[in-house]
Amino acid sequence: MTAEGKTASFQLDGATVPFEPGQTVIQAALAAGHYIPHLCYHPEFKPHGSCRVCTVEVDGRTVASCTLQAQDGMEVLSQSDRLRKEHQTLVQMLFVEGNHFCPSCEQSGNCRLQAVAYDLDIMSAELDHLFPNRPVDASHPEILLEFNRCILCELCVRASAEVDGKNVFALSGRGITKHLIVNAESGRLADTDIAVTDKAMEVCPVGVILRKGVGFRVPIGERRFDRQPISAQAREDAPRRPTTGNEDST
Amino acid sequence: MGTHAELEAIVDRYSGESTALLQILREAQEIEGWLPPATLTCLARLLEMPRARVEGVAGFYSFLHIERAGRYRVLFSDNITDRMAGNSELLDRFCNSLWLERGKTSEDGLALVDTTSCTGMCDQGPAMLVNGWAIPQLTPARVDEVAELIRSHTPVEDWPAALFQIEDNIHRSDMLLDASLEPGAAIRAAATSGPLATLEAIQCSNLRGRGGAGFATGLKWQSCRNATGDMHYVVCNADEGEPGTFKDRVLLTRYADLVFEGMTVCAFVIGARKGFLYLRGEYRHLLAPLQEVLARRRSDGLLGNDICGQPGFEFDIDIHLGAGAYICGEESALIESLEGRRGIPRNRPPYPVTHGYLQQPTTVNNVETFCAAALIALRGGEWYAGIGTGKSTGTKVLSVSGDCVRPGIYEYPFGVTVRQVLEDCGAQRTQAVQISGPSGTCIDATEFERRIAFEDLPTAGAFMVFDESRDIFEVASNFVHFFAHESCGFCTPCRVGTTLLRNVIDKLHKGKGSQHDLNQIFKLSRLLQSASHCGLGHTACNPLLDTIKRFRPAYERRLESLEFEPAFDLDGALERARAMTGRDDAGAHLRTDE
Repeated sequence: MTAEGKTASFQLDGATVPFEPGQTVIQAALAAGHYIPHLCYHPEFKPHGSCRVCTVEVDGRTVASCTLQAQDGMEVLSQSDRLRKEHQTLVQMLFVEGNHFCPSCEQSGNCRLQAVAYDLDIMSAELDHLFPNRPVDASHPEILLEFNRCILCELCVRASAEVDGKNVFALSGRGITKHLIVNAESGRLADTDIAVTDKAMEVCPVGVILRKGVGFRVPIGERRFDRQPISAQAREDAPRRPTTGNEDST
Repeated sequence: MGTHAELEAIVDRYSGESTALLQILREAQEIEGWLPPATLTCLARLLEMPRARVEGVAGFYSFLHIERAGRYRVLFSDNITDRMAGNSELLDRFCNSLWLERGKTSEDGLALVDTTSCTGMCDQGPAMLVNGWAIPQLTPARVDEVAELIRSHTPVEDWPAALFQIEDNIHRSDMLLDASLEPGAAIRAAATSGPLATLEAIQCSNLRGRGGAGFATGLKWQSCRNATGDMHYVVCNADEGEPGTFKDRVLLTRYADLVFEGMTVCAFVIGARKGFLYLRGEYRHLLAPLQEVLARRRSDGLLGNDICGQPGFEFDIDIHLGAGAYICGEESALIESLEGRRGIPRNRPPYPVTHGYLQQPTTVNNVETFCAAALIALRGGEWYAGIGTGKSTGTKVLSVSGDCVRPGIYEYPFGVTVRQVLEDCGAQRTQAVQISGPSGTCIDATEFERRIAFEDLPTAGAFMVFDESRDIFEVASNFVHFFAHESCGFCTPCRVGTTLLRNVIDKLHKGKGSQHDLNQIFKLSRLLQSASHCGLGHTACNPLLDTIKRFRPAYERRLESLEFEPAFDLDGALERARAMTGRDDAGAHLRTDE
């Protein structure tokens, strides 16, 4: 609410979006059913702005909408030709940085990277692939870590630290060698205290953290983003309180 | 690993503070030359923090090794000025003489030889760091001497002092470098006029930050002073990482009192009791002398309690040593590093003046800014405002290197032309000058009348000269590699974009480029400029865009076709197989060029 008691709002691509004090642009937009592409943002965590896929334009400045505080009267663009091209290139960068083979990936249809790419009409990577060497960690009896697909969103890091209170995951390295590590001297997931009921198990937007034995329980073709494009599911990502993995699975 | 007792002693020395993690890791590494997994586990336990966080920090900084690194870590500075002075040949000679492969620790664990980003010795390059200690002016003889000392297992502390001798090379001084300030004079002047009048003097001087961005110092101090918090902090940014810059090295060598004086004046104005000097790891050799200066100032009553007899004026300074990360020159990344974390720039706002070190109001200024502030406190803002140009008051200390007779330190009032500097340093047949390092501007001979000033060519101090014999493409290529190596990796456009740019440049370097590749450079550059998280990403493509605009033929003669050439190199893909089989004959190669 503004001082005059009117609901505060901003313009997003010409539409009026109301917001509550403290909300960022993406939070208010998603709550109102307006989709802005995003990957490292999650409705239950404090946004940190690393993937830049939610980049928008405000008063000629380009900013990440997940860390931008909404202000009354602000004019926000998210769908100009220029921004759309930038969103595409950012997503293509994430594809060429890792090793992504959608047809053989068990997350196909549930993967946000794939869903965002379809939604942005991305037909090829366009950029040269980096083909990194990232061995998988299959040490844990119930969980597989498929690092080839990691987009470094840090959601598992945040979930494990903030909700699970375990710090199973962290990032190490720098620049293009930045990578996900686990909290064990051996470097093996089996030697951490992760549990399948952890919040960290359910926040991965791609197919890195996988529960073994259940990959194809829902057939490809009937999965979340097979049913409806990600842009039609904006409200699913509206801000909400953190729930633990435990609560969800019971 | 180091014994538990050794590690415990290090942690105890820092009172078990998690903010000291980087300092603790640096010291723990000195035990064995690297940080074995068990050492990280032990430190995590002693500091009561997750092991993964300790490993994450250790893995971020170039000078910390989490893979076995050898008793001697030899890093050749790889700035373009080192290249021009022949560092590649010296590195090869060194590796051959020790039977080492670059980038790989020798089988016997004796040595690791590799390159590192500019070490701030461009006026006396090529240079190297051995276990963190700088050795400048490398020649074949000096490189052989180092190799022999390593072969004979001589501890670095017993090496001849002549190897580590570093020159100041001051060739032109003005009011800052000429100032002979009696220690305490500026503090006493500030104390006499009071914090508000001192702040007013800083504001009236129109002093702007010397780190490159040129933010008004008075406004920064005022915002910090007015910000509420439990503690206020003063931080001196001596993480001079911009390739081609070395003026802070000289200021800290010869004018340390002036730097600390400026920090103390700032503390007096903003109400801080604690200060930090963030010293880049490459300047390890300055740590002990600077600590001596601090100790002397403490015993002279210029630090500590009731400074200069002012009841209640309490302030002290700690030195924090970096460990090889250019990004920590960005003030919020520097603060993260000071807190013992990976040096990732923060989301701003809030800015450090309100939420800095430990989320408290913090003033971060460049070394040279503090020097100027001390002089202003002593001589007044109007005096200072009378020097330089309208929007750039005072003087600028330049680090001149490259193709000139007298590389070194030159101080000029703002407004000096590039031509004047070139004349003074004895540069001839100059083709281009890189102003303010890779993140700055590259200008050609038609622009030498331009002026060093915020109105025209703003600079953090680097001034690299390239004569007509140089291939400007090589210059740009060196800078592109630099940014790819120094990207912190936080945001997608910079992490992936700087590496993709590097790959495109390498492709052009091999003569395999096409118009398509130039278009990719423009496309990636636009994205880096608009979508990156911080200034590193925003400026990472400057060297490419500047040089393509001014020296396009340097690129075009590297294009194989005007349409498209694949990046995939069929013969190059056999390289690993050749290395494994030890073959390099014609039969082990594919002809792909016909």
